[in-house]
Amino acid sequence: MTKLNVNGRVHDVQVDPDTPLLWVIREQLGMTGTKYGCGIAQCGACTVQIDGQAVRSCALPVSSVQPNQKITTIEGLSPNSTHPLQQAWVALDVPQCGYCQSGMLMAAATLLASNPKPTEAEIRENITNICRCGTYNRVMAGIKRAADANARRG
Amino acid sequence: MTHISTPSRRGFLKASAALGAFTLAIQAPFIDEAAGQSAPAAAPAIPPEVNAWVVVKADDTVVIRIARSEMGQGTLTGLAQLVAEELDCDWAKVTTEYPSPTDNLRRNRVWGDMSTGGSRGIRASHDYVRKGGAAAKIMLVQAAAEGWKVPAAELTVSKGTITHAKTNRRITYGKVAAAAARLTPPDAAGIALKDPKDWKIAGKPLPRLDTRDKVNGRQVYGADLKLPGMLNAAIKDCPVFGGKVRGFNAAAAMAKPGVKHVFQVGESAVAVVAQTWWQAKTALEAVQIDWDEGPNARIQQADIDAMLTEGLTATQAYIGNKAGDMAGAMEKAVKKVEATYSFPFQNHATMEPMNATAVWTADKCEVWCPTQNGDAALAAAAAASGHRAQVCEIHKIHLGGGFGRRGWHDYVTQAVQIAKQMPGVPVKLLWSREEDMLHGRFHPITQCRLTAGLDADGKVDAMHVRISGQSIVAGIAPNLLENGLDSRVFQGMAQGGNEFTFGYGVPNLLIDHAMRNTHVPPGFWRGVNLNQNAVYMECFIDEVAHAAGKDPLEFRRALLARAPKQLAVLNAVADKGGWGKPAPAGHHRGLAAIMGYGSYVAACAEVSVSRAGEVKVHKITAATDPGHAVNPQQIAAQVEGSFVYGLGAAFYQECTVKNGHMEQENFDTYQALRMDEMPAVESIVMPSGGFWGGVGEPTIAVAAPAVLNAIFAATGKRVRRLPLRHADLKH
Repeated sequence: MTKLNVNGRVHDVQVDPDTPLLWVIREQLGMTGTKYGCGIAQCGACTVQIDGQAVRSCALPVSSVQPNQKITTIEGLSPNSTHPLQQAWVALDVPQCGYCQSGMLMAAATLLASNPKPTEAEIRENITNICRCGTYNRVMAGIKRAADANARRG
Repeated sequence: MTHISTPSRRGFLKASAALGAFTLAIQAPFIDEAAGQSAPAAAPAIPPEVNAWVVVKADDTVVIRIARSEMGQGTLTGLAQLVAEELDCDWAKVTTEYPSPTDNLRRNRVWGDMSTGGSRGIRASHDYVRKGGAAAKIMLVQAAAEGWKVPAAELTVSKGTITHAKTNRRITYGKVAAAAARLTPPDAAGIALKDPKDWKIAGKPLPRLDTRDKVNGRQVYGADLKLPGMLNAAIKDCPVFGGKVRGFNAAAAMAKPGVKHVFQVGESAVAVVAQTWWQAKTALEAVQIDWDEGPNARIQQADIDAMLTEGLTATQAYIGNKAGDMAGAMEKAVKKVEATYSFPFQNHATMEPMNATAVWTADKCEVWCPTQNGDAALAAAAAASGHRAQVCEIHKIHLGGGFGRRGWHDYVTQAVQIAKQMPGVPVKLLWSREEDMLHGRFHPITQCRLTAGLDADGKVDAMHVRISGQSIVAGIAPNLLENGLDSRVFQGMAQGGNEFTFGYGVPNLLIDHAMRNTHVPPGFWRGVNLNQNAVYMECFIDEVAHAAGKDPLEFRRALLARAPKQLAVLNAVADKGGWGKPAPAGHHRGLAAIMGYGSYVAACAEVSVSRAGEVKVHKITAATDPGHAVNPQQIAAQVEGSFVYGLGAAFYQECTVKNGHMEQENFDTYQALRMDEMPAVESIVMPSGGFWGGVGEPTIAVAAPAVLNAIFAATGKRVRRLPLRHADLKH
């Protein structure tokens, strides 16, 4: 039995300790917002936060996550899609197919949490997720818009 | 078992009921579901449709049926805009749903073609979907007129509210929908559509209808599907194309936790079915499979390359475009320019790997899948199930990327083949990324030798374009060959037609194809043959312009006299892209323009190349003339995305054959373009009216040649072998 704190709720899961966190989230906890894209931490579709850090959960054994660590998935990014990034994503119609966008948003949220007003160069350096539809320029615009909204709110 | 949704009175109702059950089922957390649990009770009653395209609920919600598939390209919203425009409903109350492919079959294909490829989603259905909206409006107005006992001609409609001004009465669509549904539909031939200049919903940059659930994880893709009692399958098909399973030992896999079954699937694959997908995938690695790889296991990439190179000078070739006397004029040329280009196999690499969920019983089969073609998915399910299509059901789900890959339903076939071995139990088959990379339907491999003969004035008097390589049609639908010729090979180089016409006026021209097919299964890969043909032609024209000592823009302009729309997009990007004006220090520009998918596209790329040979694409100015622009902001999104897809391919993407199988298995060896390399894109959408062109694909074709021509301007080096990561650009 493993204890996992996901989106503020503690879950008991019974699973092979080598199982990647991604598949525990998707299959044991039933939260499918976090996506499988590559399984080798290349594409970032599986990005979640652990204690505020962006982590590619597809290559992280669940046994390496401690019960006191706080995992945040796309479902826990905000109640009712109110995170400034989610609002910016809607305002700018960022997603196309949308499959990579959970990971994209979690990576962007991590960046903004540590760097509320990132430069374009910092955004390019930090957001390394793959989007095959090609939403990068709107992702860039969305992050800037969310940063501006945060700044206005102080 | 009761997983298959309850049949209801009418075919179209059944589809909606099934979707209702599906919606309820997927909301239940997986962990709470026990095998064999019943499906939820029947879905709530829905109102009758006004016609096949339009359902209006009592609360005035308008449900617009969308037959094409949404895979990111925005078709769902665009088609809804076209229906809503003619319907004159309240856009704020519009929702959408996919009609069932089986209902399309039962109802004599009332929704037309469900195939979503070739950038056809809007351009091939705009007429009948608009007429569907217009017909529904006529019926709703008629119902109100009959209720009020006034002439229909006295009624006006605005945003779903019908008004009789004389008596100052109003009623909303929702109140008359049931009565309208009972009326005889008007004759479609007599319906007059609005002039696009009067559009209020279509033609506007409206937000997409499907964005909200894509920002909070609620959007359910095929890979996310959950059904009561569902098991999960992982599969391994013989890596060597054409190979088979000779036998397998499942003992070790069966001993792994959660494993329920190990099945052979078809002749060439083995699947493990387990409680969870991760268990299935892990156990699959423990299955000892004895492959009969067959003769293809001896094929190497060099063998394929040599076969194509031989085709460049072969005497036999299919002629795709011809004018004048190429050979005679070439002999008289004052100067000749010749170049040979090559373009590799590529995998679509959709972000969501292939998947399908199926449940099979002795009398029916039901499949949930992301598909670019519901009709073809149904055919695949029926064939694999052994049932008539009429008792099979396909539930379409938004795609996590398509790009042409999901028009080919091998994954549906496999899912049904697995489900058939465990009757009554739903099973979700999900491919690993590795499986997805090894078993793509690959962008065809070609080489091209181009020869131009210039006269004393530096004009192109003769040109020979010899394409050597694979035909997609020969590989997947040989019945479409015309006396052996695959006309699709000549996309962007065609003699006529209204989709892929060669724009340049060359008096003595021969474009031909030495068909050299390989054992690698080809497929339609976003942009298809236009992609490499644009590289070949647009880079070569640049070479010829330089050989003639002329400016590449002026040189193209002189050749495009008979192609005014292609010229117009070229001029637009040259103007906005700053062609002929000073560029920032170290920046160089390149151009490309072509006609494809009925649209005209052009790009002006601004690039710098470091002394060490590192390429940076700073900016691309792009122009698109699609005739009509249904949603300009989504066209801009498609244009931006096309550069990502096209530049990723141009820079990095190549699948190579070793011992008969593909060598690249994941994104570490098959790189995609990422954000750090994304150029700024200025998109000019310039619809000139009078025709309907596609937008999802054509711009991909101009991405690579515009950049390659700019690289030449920067370095003096021509990149003729793609991807360009092979090139040494030190200068």
